[in-house]
This record gives sequence, C-alpha cells and structure tokens, in this order.
Amino acid sequence: MTVTLFIPCFVDLLYPKVGMAMVQILEKLGHRVVCPGGVACCGQPAFNSGYWDESREIATKVLETLKGAEVVVIASGSCGAMLKVFYPELFAGTKYEAMARELAPKCFEFSGFLVNKLGVTDLGARFPHKVTFHDGCHGLRELHNKRPPRELLAKVGGLELVEMREAETCCGFGGTFSAKFPMISTAMGDVKCASALETQAEYIVSSDSSCLMQIQGLLDRQRKPIKTIHLAEVLVQK
Amino acid sequence: MTTPSAQFRQDATRLSADLRHRQIIQTAMGKYETVRDIRKAAFQNWEEARKLAANTKWEAVNHLDRYLAEFVKNIEARGTKVHWASTSQQGRDIILGILREKNAKVVIKSKAMTSEEIHLNDTMEKTGYEVIESDLGEFIVQLREEAPYHIVFPAMHLTRDDIKDTFQKKLGGTPSNNPEELTMVARGVMREKYLQADVGITGANFAVAETGMISITENEGNARLTAALPRTMITLVGIEKVLPRLEDLALFLPMLAAMGTGQTLTCYNTFYGGPRQPGETDGPEEYHVVLLDNQRTAVLADAEQRDSLHCIRCGACLNVCPIFRNVGGHTYGTTYCGPIGAVLTPNLRGLNEWKHLSDASSLCGACTETCPVKIDLHHHLLQNRRNGARQKPSFWQKLAFKIYAPLATSPGLWSLTTKLGRIGGALQGLVKGTRLDPAYAWTKTRDLPPVAKQSFREWWKTRA
Amino acid sequence: MVEDPRMSERENIFARIREALSVPAPRPGHAHDGHAAASDVSLPKPEDHRRVMPLVGASVAEQIALFQKNAADLRAAFQLVKDAAALGAALKDLAASEGWKRIAAHHGELTDGACKAIGLPALFTDAAFDHQELGRCDAGISECDALVAQTGSVVLTSRSAGGRSLSVLPPHHVVLARRSQLVPDLPAALALLKSKYGTNFPSMMSIITGPSRTGDIERILVLGAHGPKRLTVLCLED
Repeated sequence: MTVTLFIPCFVDLLYPKVGMAMVQILEKLGHRVVCPGGVACCGQPAFNSGYWDESREIATKVLETLKGAEVVVIASGSCGAMLKVFYPELFAGTKYEAMARELAPKCFEFSGFLVNKLGVTDLGARFPHKVTFHDGCHGLRELHNKRPPRELLAKVGGLELVEMREAETCCGFGGTFSAKFPMISTAMGDVKCASALETQAEYIVSSDSSCLMQIQGLLDRQRKPIKTIHLAEVLVQK
Repeated sequence: MTTPSAQFRQDATRLSADLRHRQIIQTAMGKYETVRDIRKAAFQNWEEARKLAANTKWEAVNHLDRYLAEFVKNIEARGTKVHWASTSQQGRDIILGILREKNAKVVIKSKAMTSEEIHLNDTMEKTGYEVIESDLGEFIVQLREEAPYHIVFPAMHLTRDDIKDTFQKKLGGTPSNNPEELTMVARGVMREKYLQADVGITGANFAVAETGMISITENEGNARLTAALPRTMITLVGIEKVLPRLEDLALFLPMLAAMGTGQTLTCYNTFYGGPRQPGETDGPEEYHVVLLDNQRTAVLADAEQRDSLHCIRCGACLNVCPIFRNVGGHTYGTTYCGPIGAVLTPNLRGLNEWKHLSDASSLCGACTETCPVKIDLHHHLLQNRRNGARQKPSFWQKLAFKIYAPLATSPGLWSLTTKLGRIGGALQGLVKGTRLDPAYAWTKTRDLPPVAKQSFREWWKTRA
Repeated sequence: MVEDPRMSERENIFARIREALSVPAPRPGHAHDGHAAASDVSLPKPEDHRRVMPLVGASVAEQIALFQKNAADLRAAFQLVKDAAALGAALKDLAASEGWKRIAAHHGELTDGACKAIGLPALFTDAAFDHQELGRCDAGISECDALVAQTGSVVLTSRSAGGRSLSVLPPHHVVLARRSQLVPDLPAALALLKSKYGTNFPSMMSIITGPSRTGDIERILVLGAHGPKRLTVLCLED
C-alpha cells in the first residue's frame, strides 16, 4: 500500500535517523512511502497550551494535506495521538470536524501499524543487548499500544527485554510542560531514569523520540551509563 | 502576598528536589498499588463496573434537581433539619448559628473535606469553640497546624517519628514511635472528647435520594462515635453527592474501598436518616444536614465539564498522578489536590487565579484511566487551558504560536528554519546552561541534542 | 409574612440547577465522538451489579466458607455454634479468657440467653443509659440484621442492635447471628434492609467489616483506632 509517513518536527530536526529507519522498514516490506511537505508539525504545542485557534492554523493544513491518504503512519506516539484522538476534539463544531473524523481511523503510530495493521512482528533484526521499554503516555493510553512494541522486540535476535517498575509512568516531557514546569519535569524524569537503571539494562527503548530526548538529556547531564534508542532504530539493526 | 501561582512554583521547586519526601510518598504508594490491584482483579469485570458507576453518576447529576428534592423530602420526613448554603460564608453562618443556639462549647468532627473548603474549623476556633478532629490523620495535621496532605490519607507525608515528635510537643508525654502506641494515644484523647462534645460535625460520601440517607464511609469508627454521642449532629455535604437509590451503594461502596484504600469494603459504611427516632435510646436529639453549593452549580452549568461533579473523592487519581507524587498535596495550596483538584479548583475558585494547576500537568492521562467513575480528567485540564487562554491570553505565547504556524506549514520556510536552527544551536551551545541561555528552562538540568547535520526532510529530498 | 431565608436559598439553588441542566451534557463515553448515545442512560439493575462485582458461590456452604475467609482476613473472629447452649458456652469462655467484668447488651432472643449464660453485671441499652458507663463495659453484645458472605460484613441498625453506641463504644463487639441471616452479597443485604424496614427505617444502619482500624501512620495497619479493637461473630446453626 501507499503509506503516508508523518514526520513530526523533532524527528525531522533532531532524530532524522528514526525517520530513515522507518522508511527503510516500510520499503523493505514492499510498501510505497510518501512524505508530503508543508506538514512539519501536528499542532500539539499550541493545542496543549490552550491556543486552539493557533493550533488549527497548523492542523488544518495537516488535514488538507493528508486528505485522501490511504493510511497515515506517524513517527511518534504523541503526534499520533494528536492526529487520531485529539483532532476531533480540536475541530469539534467547526467545518473541519468531518475531515478530522475521517482521518482518525487511518492514523497509526509506527509500531501499531506494523503489528495491528500489517500483522508483522519479525523484521529479521538482531540487537544482542539487555533493554527495557518506556511506554510513552500517548502511545499507551490514547493509542493503546502496550503490546505492539513488545511483540516486535520479542522477535529481535539476541535481545533480552526487562520491564522496569515505572515503565508506564510519565517521563515528565509533556511537550511545553518540560519548559513551563522544569522542576517537576526533571523530578519525573529522575524517577524514570532511576527505575530504568534498576533493571541494569544497557538500553532504554521507546516509540517516542520526544520522551527519549527528555530521558537522554537527563542521563547525559548525570553521566549515567544507560543509553536510549528508538524502537525503529532497533528494528533495523542486523 | 504571593499569588497562588507563584506560591505553587516555589513549593513545587522545593518539593520536587526533596528526595526524602519523594521516598516517603513512593513507599506509601507502592503499598497502596499492591492492594488496589488485588481488589480490582477480584471484580469479575472492573471496566464494566466503571461504566455502570459512570452511568449512575451521570443519571444522578444530570437530574440533580429531581434527586436532590427526593433526598430532602425523605430525610426531612424523619425529623432532619435541612439547610441550604449557596456560599462558603452561608455554610459557616448556618453551622455557627446552630452552635450558638445549642450553647455548644466542644465540637467533635469526623472527616469532611467540605469543611476544609469553607474554612469552617478556623472560624469555629476564632469564635471560641473547642474543635477536635477525630480522624487520626486529621487529628495529627490539626496538631501540626497543617492542611490535610491527601483527601483520603491526611498524614501520608509524615513518618512515625514525625508523628511521635508532634504528639510529644503538643500533647506531652513520651510515646515511642510505634504506630500502634501512637494510635492508642489518639484513641485515649478522643474517648474523652466524644463524651464531652456538645455537637458532632461530619461530612458525607453519598446522599441517597430514595431513602433519604447520608452515607458515611470510614475505617476508624470515629464518625460513628461522632454520630452517636453528641446531642446535636450536623452533616455538611456538597449537593453533587446525591445517588439515586440505596442499591447503588452496592456498587459504589466496594469501588470506593478498592480505589481509595485497596480494601474489599471500608470498615464502617453507615447510613443516617434522621435524629434519634421514637424508641431509640441514643443518638443525637437533633440532626442537621447542610447542603453546600459553593460554585458547584457553576460547574454543573458547564456541560463540557459537568462530569467532574461525578467525583466520589476516592483519591485514586492523586495516587497515580506523577505530578502529585513529586510535589505533594500541600503544594496545590487548596482543598482539593491532585488531578481532580487541578480540574475543579479553577472552576470553583476562579480560572485566572488557579489555572496554573491545570497547566502543571504533562497530560499523561493516568488519572482518566484510573477514575472509577470515568471522569474525563485530562481532557478537562486541556479545556481549562483553552478557557484560560481565551479569557486572558498570554501575549508572548500567542505570538510564538502565530509565528510558528507559517514556518511549520510552508516547506520553504521550514527549510529555512532548519538552517537557522543549526546556527541558533551553535550559538546556544556557547551560553548553554547559563542564565543567558534561552533554553535555560531545559538546560538547567538536561542536555539538549544538537540539530542534525542533515534533517529528515533534507535527506528525503536527496532521494528524489 | 416573614420570609424563611432557608426557603429562598433553597429556591436559588434549585433555580441554578435547573438553569444549568437546560444544556445537556454528553453521555458517558461519548464526550468526543461527535454524537450522543442513541438511548437514554439507564440506572443499573442488581443483576448488572452482580455481573461485575466479585463472585460469590451459589451454595450456602460456599458462602459460609467465604464469610469465614473474609473474617479471617479482616482479623474478625468467626465461630459457628450448633445451639443456644453452645453459644452460651462460647461466650463464657470468651468472658473468662478476656477477663470481662461488665458487659453491655440489648434485650433480644439471642442476647437475653447470652447475658444469662455469661452471668456478669450487664448494662442494657433499651432504656436510657449513661455513655460513660457504657464506655466502662468490656464488651458490647448485639444481634444483627444480616451477615454478608461477599465482604465478611455484619449488617445492623440502631433498632436491631441496641442503638448507635453499643456496637461501637465498648472495646470488644460481639455479634450474635443465625446462619439463616447469611446473605450472599451487598445487593442482597441492601434489599433485605429495604424489605425489612420499608418506609420506617431506623435512624442508623451500618455495614461493619472487621474491627476498627487505621492505616494513617505509614500505612501500617493498627486495629482499634476508635471503634472496637476486637470483633467476634458467633453464628448459631439454625
């Protein structure tokens, strides 16, 4: 099928390898990948901050660009939730509401797409390390993506998955929250890092680069030995 | 005089870094989670139970006029005096009026968050009444002149040594730090007070319309004693606590117990329908029920957020909230803390002044996921932010989002932004982590990744 | 005519409620899907409650066993006795082992026999009594309306159990019950109260689940916070 890949702003600018890995995987599975320009952001920062008019300025462009897409795969759980779950709320009562509701069922976060839509779990990857998984809140609670990442990791050669106690606890990023309430954000991130370190894993894996930015940022500052890596990057390891 | 918002930031900064506090709360929550999960698993279908509870509360609140009228008619028929308080002030006036009429001197209380809400204790004490909180946790924080830390566990933030020190300082004697011994100290104090008290004041968990009864849930028995020994009993209850039928308690009492404390049922669930009836030899001669509005009708009028009145005050949302766990209950600076507090307070006490509680959340959604009556909690936080931005937009934020929109929707401008971002990143690297750093909010405690040498879109273009 | 201020505040509140409810709220689970539920929201029936709440066995034997297990978990003592004589003997043992000097009770078929068997001075709460005296009693003995298997609870009222204080002021509450009073679950217990008392309810009805307790200090369980430290249920096999 033709997969429209939605690359959010931070993946584009800060973690392009994550997007590249996704393209590689989708093409290897025989799908055609398109990546439209003019949609660099889903509009979540303005939405979360309460500026819904400003958010709609961006989101309307997204709706128009993605109209007619066969399927939309979003390279992050939080942006995926924005398109699938929060757009109907953002556009409720406006003339774009129907478009938003039409888009929602076509939206998938990357791991959910592979497992739930394509029925694929084994990509022939190999990553012989001990890892733990961080469940990004949007992916977990809005998109119900608890199992797909774990099913994918289970098929990665040599990989040992150890669950951390605080796997489902928010890492503290929360978009603008991380800058508006940095002290609380940092405390939450510290709790997450401590829980990950307890597992003695070598890597923290997640489906959300924004979470990993928060976690890696703290780990680097505190010079902790554990590393973060996106799920898609694990899945292209041989 | 600091604003609530500034005070919140101050306290949040202090508590977020307080590792001792973090450890105490994590330990307490760990114990709670274990038993809560056992109780949830005992239900044949917990998610279905939540739906039934949500439907019941929806029916109650969306027909509040009918059920409230039924409740009042039935409880008045048994000799109860019902009073109506539109405001905090009226609530205090009514209760002080009763105390005056009864020539009361000593007032014993069982747990009532509504009494915190209307600052009742303070007023009673200033007027000259002796007021004792009989619930152990409330008694402890009362001695320390602190507000309750959590709506179910008022003294959750204290260790046994903290409590021992408080008892020694305020009560004299030399108790050890053994929890049983400390509890017996409180039991001894309270025994006397129950017998001395002229008036007992309680809160309420539910107001049953069908049978005209106030339902009170507790573990200690202090509410039962407050309702048994003094000659006058007063219950202060929010108008939204109405439940349609007695049989609804068969669902709500176990759900409240499971989520509130991880119990099958709380130790005492007692229904009070009136003062001492003919043939009864004890119990209060007079029973007063004070129904409190205090802006609840304003929340009722907001159809979008009306379901926040479904809350049964179980505290489950507090327990799962990572913000609550890190900043603690006192930081909220108001009666209702945690997610439900962050949702309700701006609507009960003023959006402008209290919006920061709705802002201080990463919107993780754990609260919505756990709420036994399925309140749309984190969506209400978003709605409060939207309403706040409409009412009083922040110039700089609005400007930033207005500037960002064309950048994010035009490929050419985005490409330019990418290049400028690299330059900006290099410059920022020079002042990174210092006060000159525009990203200081982040870089104070965290490293920032650099803008990639080749962005995804730049790479994508090369493939064409 | 002197205006009753209570009536006018009542009218104010009702007026605000009616005004508020003139705008309908979304039905549960339908806040963001753009359409209200087709049918009205209905109140659950007892069979709906039973479908979701913890399972209770159908047979009396299973229910007794469940009550027994719950009582043990709650640190409440539970004993089946085969007849009135055995009941009396059990109480005499209890009185002796605990060193009771004075008991309190109300008159009733089971309690009268019990007090005779114990043979100690007894305060009866059927007539006016002094609370200080009640507080000096070592045990309060009462009958009850029901035992609830599902939760290990005792259901009693100010009419069936000698008032409000008898079952909560003395440090040991002893409940005399009959096996025929065992009901499977809470829906049954509440239905029983309604059918037994109709529209003439006692002023207090209580569901008691174990001896008094608190977890307010470091979530450590302590029994006997304010109410009875000990709860004993003696159940006559009838």
